[in-house]
This record gives sequence, structure tokens and C-alpha cells, in this order.
Amino acid sequence: MAESERATESRGEESPPVDDSWRKEYWRRNVRLMVILLSIWFTVSFVCGILLVDQLNEVVINGFPLGFWFAQQGSIYTFVLLILVYALRMDRLDDEYGVSERDGNGRRL
Amino acid sequence: MSSIQLWTFVFIALSFGAYIFIAWRSRVRETSGFYVADQGIPTVANGAAVAADWMSAASFISMAGLIAFLGSDGSIYLMGWTGGYVLLALLLAPYLRKWGKYTVPEFVGDRYSELVRTIAAVAAIIISFTYVVGQMRGGGIVFSRFLDLEITGGVMVAAAVIFLYAVLGGMKGITWTQVAQYTVLIIAYLIPAFAVAQQMTGFPMPQITFGQILDELNAISAEFGLAEYTQAFTNRPQIDVFLVAMSLMIGTAGLPHVIIRFYTTKSVRGARYSAFWALFFIALLYTTAPAVGAFTKLNLLQDVQGVPANELPSWIDNWAATGLVTVAEGSETIESVSNNPAAGADLTVNNDILVLASPEIAGLPAPIVGLVAAGGLAAAMSTAAGLLLVISSSVSHDLYFRRIQKTATDAQRLRAGRIAMAGAVVVAVYGGINPPAFVAQVVAFAFGMAAASFFPIIVLGIFWKRCNAVGAAAGMVSGLLFTIVYMVYTLEVFGTSANDHIFDISPEGIGTIGALVNFVVTIVVSKLTAPPPKHLIEMVENIRYPAARRTRAGVVTEGERD
Repeated sequence: MAESERATESRGEESPPVDDSWRKEYWRRNVRLMVILLSIWFTVSFVCGILLVDQLNEVVINGFPLGFWFAQQGSIYTFVLLILVYALRMDRLDDEYGVSERDGNGRRL
Repeated sequence: MSSIQLWTFVFIALSFGAYIFIAWRSRVRETSGFYVADQGIPTVANGAAVAADWMSAASFISMAGLIAFLGSDGSIYLMGWTGGYVLLALLLAPYLRKWGKYTVPEFVGDRYSELVRTIAAVAAIIISFTYVVGQMRGGGIVFSRFLDLEITGGVMVAAAVIFLYAVLGGMKGITWTQVAQYTVLIIAYLIPAFAVAQQMTGFPMPQITFGQILDELNAISAEFGLAEYTQAFTNRPQIDVFLVAMSLMIGTAGLPHVIIRFYTTKSVRGARYSAFWALFFIALLYTTAPAVGAFTKLNLLQDVQGVPANELPSWIDNWAATGLVTVAEGSETIESVSNNPAAGADLTVNNDILVLASPEIAGLPAPIVGLVAAGGLAAAMSTAAGLLLVISSSVSHDLYFRRIQKTATDAQRLRAGRIAMAGAVVVAVYGGINPPAFVAQVVAFAFGMAAASFFPIIVLGIFWKRCNAVGAAAGMVSGLLFTIVYMVYTLEVFGTSANDHIFDISPEGIGTIGALVNFVVTIVVSKLTAPPPKHLIEMVENIRYPAARRTRAGVVTEGERD
């Protein structure tokens, strides 16, 4: 699937070979993804685990006060997911802009 | 030899044999193999190596014990030592890999100037040394406790093995050995934890089940006159918890021995997935640790509550010999428990023994105790090896090759790297046997300094083209100075007296403010001075894209792949 996307993308890019606007666009989308993921990073750890921990502790699930759970479990699970989402989304973004790393046969490096 | 000693010996001998065998198989003859393992390490393996490199004796041996006594506020270590990987993965790893050379000072040297390179190399050496001393000590303690070796002998044995595989195999040998060490340490950590969870809650998933015992733990803590386990901010004020967690996170992302690992992957994409695998592997231990802390605390308190001092469980006797568990003289029954000798409690338990003693506390068989000892050693040695490589590469590459002998051949550089490694091992052994008085503060130091020096200027170097050499040098020096001055002001080291914390900020949390100072100074000074030359702006532009763009007409943009 990624291959076909790349093919269409390249076809559209045929005529003006030195159009650099894609660079700005690629970078803007990268930064936007980063900002979204970092806000989640801040929310689960610093907001839920520290700033609002007492309020969230009023809610108890399966024995865990919620704020305590965020601080000692939930934030760590979220961190792992955030990096995975980042890596997957960046694969797609790289392919869309034709800047993914490929060997001579077009396979991912 | 007791059966615990015998099993410990068996596990340690087996694991050491494996490490040396792996190192022999992956020995190197070229500089790139020595420093960055030829950039050919598969992603999952690199992730496991990062995890082993990262999880030190402190994570394995001390952390769960610390959490057991800190309760809710122990979260600073859990969040602080994992959250930094999000910053690493999103802000640093892919770009540093794209630029791709050998060391962290090398990046700032290319991006800024030779002066900044030298400051960074010296900072990397100081940070890594403060950290490595604790590791050697940790390894020595495991040896001496389980095998009745003197600490000196224990440190020597650990150092000899590390020396052998680090000098022989450089980064390549270290990486593959660390994969084996990760396997040993995670098995050693999870098996007893799962067994204890099964025993106490009837279901072997500690992460899920430790919620069930929190009410009981809160209740018994209250009976001992301790703060409720799940109550936040009983040990540190809220502002300090916030700043310490932040400081540990940005410190993690700024530690040279962690950053350097992302140079060893095959590609930019590999660096992103390495960060994912690294945190995944780390999370296996870090989500288990709070459960181990809670279970062991409850077991411990129930075991001793109201028990006469002469009828205590046998593990207390076994550990009393090490001096890390003490029953106060004159106490008849146990009514108070603390981890702080100064508190004058009936029973004083050192943080460091809870993980090592947890199989005994739960009554698990001798082979498991031996396995835990081998795991503790694996954690200490893998981290020490990674740190020694940073010291060696900073000395031989960034200082010797870049500043003194600029025409050195590959063979000369490799020899310089190995000699520097040998020198670093000797100094680390000395430090491990005669630790400076402030080993407990070492972690605060290393993280605070990494947070205040490297992280801001690397992030700005990637994301802000206008950032220049004068700004970075000024920012790094002022951030570092600010942090060190506050640490010296508040800690009893170097013969100074400890002053009160300003605004409730502890020395562990000051790195956050130091990083802020670094950011502000770098930005202001950069703005006031001339922008960086054109080729540097192009360099920054190029590290933002993983590969040159492909179109049907072929490659149209330069952006070289190396």
C-alpha cells in the first residue's frame, strides 16, 4: 500500500523539479504531530499524575485511586503508545513526501 | 557454601560466560565498529540494549524499595525515568541519527563550534564518571553480599569482565552483551514479582493486582503511624514533585550514554522504532516496580507488626549481618518501621535490600534468590559498560583526535579509544572501592547536569536554525553553573554545609530550572549575535528529512544519506 501511495505521489511531482514548498509542509506536519503527542505526554504525567492527583484520587477503580494509577502505571503505558504512534505516523508522512529510506530495490531500510 | 550462595555462583558464572562469549564473537577492528557498531544493529536488539544500558543498579536494586518507603511520591522516579524517552524519540533521536557520527560532543561541535565541542566533551566525561562510580559500587555490593567476597574483590571481578568485553568489542560487543544482560535482568525481576503477586492476590499479574492490596496497605501504614501509601505529597511538596519529575525526564533525554545509542541503528526510521522498543522493554520493569514496592511493604509490615524483637522472621536475621536491616536496641516489640536510620524506629530497613530480599521475604526457593543476584549484576555491568564507552569516545575522539592529533589514522584512533577505556576502568574501580561520600546524591548530580547542559542546546540546534555557537556556549555554561551552584548550596558535599531549599525546590529538581536558564540564555545571546553561517543552516535543514526526495526523474534534492 505504501508503495502505491509513493508512486502516485512521485507522478504528481514530475514537472517542477525544484519546488521546495514540500519541505515546509513536511516539517509543519511533523511539528504538528509532535506538539499533539507532547501535549498528551504532559497531560497524563504532569496534569493527571501531579497537578490534579488529589482530585482524581477521589475516583477508585479496581482498588487504584485514579491519580495514583496515572502516576505509577497509566502514564508509563501512555508514553510507550505515544512513541509507537509517532513512529507509525512518521512512516506514513515520509512515504507521502517520498523521503522514506529505501534500498536500491525500494525496500525499507 | 549455602544453597543460596551455590545458586548465585551458578547463575553468575553462566551469565558471565555468556557475556564473554558474545563479546568474542563480535570483536571489532575498525573505529566505526568500536564507537557505533557499524550502524548495523537491528531495531529490537538496539531497543533491548538501550533498556539494559539505561536500567542501572539503581533501577534494579533500589527503585522498588524507594517507592515502598516514598509511597505515592515514588512516582517521580517512575514517570521521570520513562517520560524522557518520549522527548528523546520525538525531539532528538531521529535527527541525531540522520546527521549520524560517533558522539554527542561531535554533533554540537559540527553544529556550533570547536569550543562548544570541548565544553560538551568535558561535560560528558564528568556526567558519565559520576554515574559509573555508583554502578561499580552496586556490582561490588551484590558480589560481596551473595558470595562473601570483599567489596574490593567484587568490584575488581566486575571491572575485569567489563574491561574484557568493552575493550575487545567496543560498542558492537557492548550492544550484543547488553541484549543478553537485558534478558537476564528482566527475567530475574519478573519471576519473583509474578510469584509474589500470585501468592498475595491469586493472580500472577502484579501490574493489575496490586490495586487490591492498597486499602490494606493504607490501613496498616496508619497503624504504624506512617502516611497513607496512596496519599500524594507526603514526602515532597507538589512543586518539588513536578520539578524533580521534569528534571529526570529532560536529564534522561540529555544523558550522553543514552543519546549515543540512537547512532547505532541502521536508519532514521530505525532510531524511532529503537526508542519505542527501548521504552517498551523498560516499561516491563517500570510498571512492575511499584507493585513490587507495594507488595513487599505490606509483607514486611504484616511480618513484623507487634512481633517481639526476638521472634522476628528469619530473613531479618540473614540480612542483619549486612548491617542493612537493624533492630533498635531496647525495643521489645516492633511498632515502627523506617528506611532512615536517624528516625530511631524499632526496625530500620535500607531501601536497597527490598528487591534483593523480596524472594526471601515471600519465602521463594534459593535458585530464584541466585537469579535475582545475577540480574542485579547484569543491570550494574550493562550500564557501566555504556558509560565507559562514552568516556572513552569523548577522551579519544572528541579531545585527542579532534583537538590534539588531528591526523591520527584509524588504527591509532582505535588504540587511543582502547587505552582511554582502560584508563576509565581503572578510575572507575578506584571510585567504586573508595566511593566519594556523596554517592546517594550522584544521581541528582548526573541528571541535573545533563538536563541543564545538553538537552536545551541540542533541541535548539535542531529546531531553531538561528541558534548560534556563542548562544549555545553561553547557555550551556550558565545552565551548568547555575545547577551546580544550587546543588553545592543545598547538599553537604565538598565540605560545604547544607542550606535550606529555596521555594521548596530540592537539588534533584533544580535541573529543570537550570535547563530553563540554558534555553533563555541561548536564545537571548543568539538573537543578539550574528546568525550562523549558511552551511550550518543547510546542515540543520538536511537533518530534518530522513532521505533525499525521490521522484520519477530521480533524486532532486541533495540531502545525502551516509
